Amino acid sequence: MSKNPEFVKFDKVDKSYDGKVLVVKDLQLDIAEGEFITMLGPSGSGKTTCLMMLAGFETPTNGEILLDGNIISNIPPHKRGIGMVFQNYALFPHMTVYENLAFPLRVRKMEKDDIDKKVDKALSMVSLNGFETRMPGQLSGGQQQRVAVARALVFDPAVVLMDEPLGALDKNLRESMQYEIKHIHESIGVTVVYVTHDQSEALTMSNRIAVFNDGKVQQLSNPSELYEKPVNSFVAEFIGENNTFDGEVSDISGDECKVKLSNGEIIASAISVKSKGEKTTVSLRPERALIEPSEKMDNMFSGKIEEVIYHGDHTRVRVNLLGNPEFILKVPNSTSNLELKVKEDIKIGWNSSDARALDPK
Amino acid sequence: MSSETKQILTTDGIPLEVSLKKAEKKNKIKAFLLVAPLLFFLFITYVFPIGEMFTRSVDDRMVTNMLPKTFKTMESWDGKELPPEEVFTAFYSDFKVLVENETQGKLGQRLNKEKNGFNTITKKLMRLIKRNKIDESQSIKEQIMKIHKRWANVEYWQAIKRTAPPYTMAKYLKGMDMYFAADGSIAQVDEDRRIHRILWLRTLEIALFVTIFCFLMGYPIAHLLATLPMKYSNLLMICVLLPFWTSLLVRTASWMILLQQQGVVNDFFVLIGLVADDNRPTMMYNKVGTYVAMTQILLPFMVLPLYSVMKTISPSLMRAGKSLGGTPFVAFWKVYFPLTIPGIGAGCLLVFILAIGYYITPALVGGASGTLISNQIAYHMKATLDWSFASAMGLMLLSGVLVIYWIYNKLVGVDNIKLG
Repeated sequence: MSKNPEFVKFDKVDKSYDGKVLVVKDLQLDIAEGEFITMLGPSGSGKTTCLMMLAGFETPTNGEILLDGNIISNIPPHKRGIGMVFQNYALFPHMTVYENLAFPLRVRKMEKDDIDKKVDKALSMVSLNGFETRMPGQLSGGQQQRVAVARALVFDPAVVLMDEPLGALDKNLRESMQYEIKHIHESIGVTVVYVTHDQSEALTMSNRIAVFNDGKVQQLSNPSELYEKPVNSFVAEFIGENNTFDGEVSDISGDECKVKLSNGEIIASAISVKSKGEKTTVSLRPERALIEPSEKMDNMFSGKIEEVIYHGDHTRVRVNLLGNPEFILKVPNSTSNLELKVKEDIKIGWNSSDARALDPK
Repeated sequence: MSSETKQILTTDGIPLEVSLKKAEKKNKIKAFLLVAPLLFFLFITYVFPIGEMFTRSVDDRMVTNMLPKTFKTMESWDGKELPPEEVFTAFYSDFKVLVENETQGKLGQRLNKEKNGFNTITKKLMRLIKRNKIDESQSIKEQIMKIHKRWANVEYWQAIKRTAPPYTMAKYLKGMDMYFAADGSIAQVDEDRRIHRILWLRTLEIALFVTIFCFLMGYPIAHLLATLPMKYSNLLMICVLLPFWTSLLVRTASWMILLQQQGVVNDFFVLIGLVADDNRPTMMYNKVGTYVAMTQILLPFMVLPLYSVMKTISPSLMRAGKSLGGTPFVAFWKVYFPLTIPGIGAGCLLVFILAIGYYITPALVGGASGTLISNQIAYHMKATLDWSFASAMGLMLLSGVLVIYWIYNKLVGVDNIKLG
């Protein structure tokens, strides 16, 4: 079966609530069939609005949304056949788990036997068999979450939308639910559009991530590319940890450039800088900088240790480097036989390919 | 099981339960002291008056106290034929005391209520006693029987005997258009005199319809209130509460201005050609007026509980219902509506109970066909001064409300009520 690469298509979608401010600006986004795509962004970035437009609870101010080639802007929510998991689950509190799951099937006028089978199948998918007669209020947060997922999937929708579904769970449960949802997605191959502001959630679950800010998609790529190769300083800042240097391009040759800082000069790869004299922010992941490197690296500097924080599996070292007192290093504890003492100087090195000269902040 | 579990002790060796009770005791006393004034107030203003009402409604000691000797001798009378001589003698001596105190009139009135015709014959007896026409050395029975043929009628003596117990349910029977027949059985009054039953039914009917109207009008308002953005909902809330800030009397009077035959509403109907000028409909001093005014006045009592319940229903539930494939109506009927039932229950119960005892509005705009049982109670309080009857009807109303509450509890469950 060939997958449709434009199963869901946002075509030049604008959205404004008050006619003054655009919440979503010229959104162009294709979602392939069977894909797990995450819309990631800070609150107010327009990601939930996009989801609501897809679900049919909001209408685009301009542009069209297509589902499998059909324009759906004029189709009411209940005819779109899109499953949705809500932020606070939105389980019907007056119905049992069985009735909650049977609701979408009953409104589709299915036979009782078929409903029983489907509900049973959906419940076993989230390993909640035997909970049919419970009321949602008698379930724990994680169980409610699983019921909500099962309910969104029980009527075999083509697309399932999830609006920060794990936001209300505690950390451990959230992590295990991430894997559970990911596995469900893999096993049934449904298209999932997932909204979250938690970057680690997005990185672990998605095929592709769309980073939203200010109503626009800043970057759309798979998780590793997003983390390793952010295209602008917002994405670099928003995803993972990040060390930055603000400076000015002093020389540029092909992919590499030299950036002059207030006290020093570093070599970085030119991503969004074009010419000499441009202002830039250089971004470097903490784990890419090494302490006392054994081999030669493009950038080698020494800095003073300001703080050492023990984190269990790793140690974070804050160093004052090249005028940046907030430079962070991550040292894995297994390999760390180094004596790290506050106020001592250490040598730090990194390669120019890991330092990305992006747009200035 | 509990018998097998060991008693848990605190570190000091005191049983945990005892220790807990001790620790909680102070808080309990504090809490009780805080509500004590209210309890006292409730007792004075609620429990005590209701108790007083109850005693008054069944109290029938007046005759018992007026004719002590008579009732004593009547104990041995079987009540089938005319009583023996000593009953007449005892009655005569009791009555003589009353005549001396000039309180025999009350007895006449009271006995007249029991059986028509007593007033006349007690007056005749009184006059004879005053003129010393009764010869006490002769048979009292013969002389009394000669005064009026009713004195020789066993039914009148049976009526006196019926008043012997210090308590009577007669007022309650009267409230239901029934009475104790001569033989002591319960009988219905003539069909053309059954006014109370009509009033009870009308009260129920009006309360029921007012509740339905309030529900039909209040539900959409409450829904709008709960879903509108804050700045609009506040304004709407003020509109709903505005009637609360206006005197009940003023509101009722304004309805009188609106609804009368030359009133605003009728003028408008004539203006748009709905009715002819010479054929203006009567909208006041009948049921229509009562319905309209009471619905408007009781509407906030429906809206507020509904609103407080609807406010807690997450809008995402309706969205979930729709996204799962339910049409807006299905999502409303299967998801939203069932969740508002606690509010509906509270609102309907509140409006119904208030409506069933409503007084001022029906009194002013109800006219003859729109008066309710409460107006009848007020009438007996103020006009006939039959307080015991008013009390009896008040208590019947109260027990009716309790019955409704009980039925409601069986159907919906009082725990499901949400007043806000």
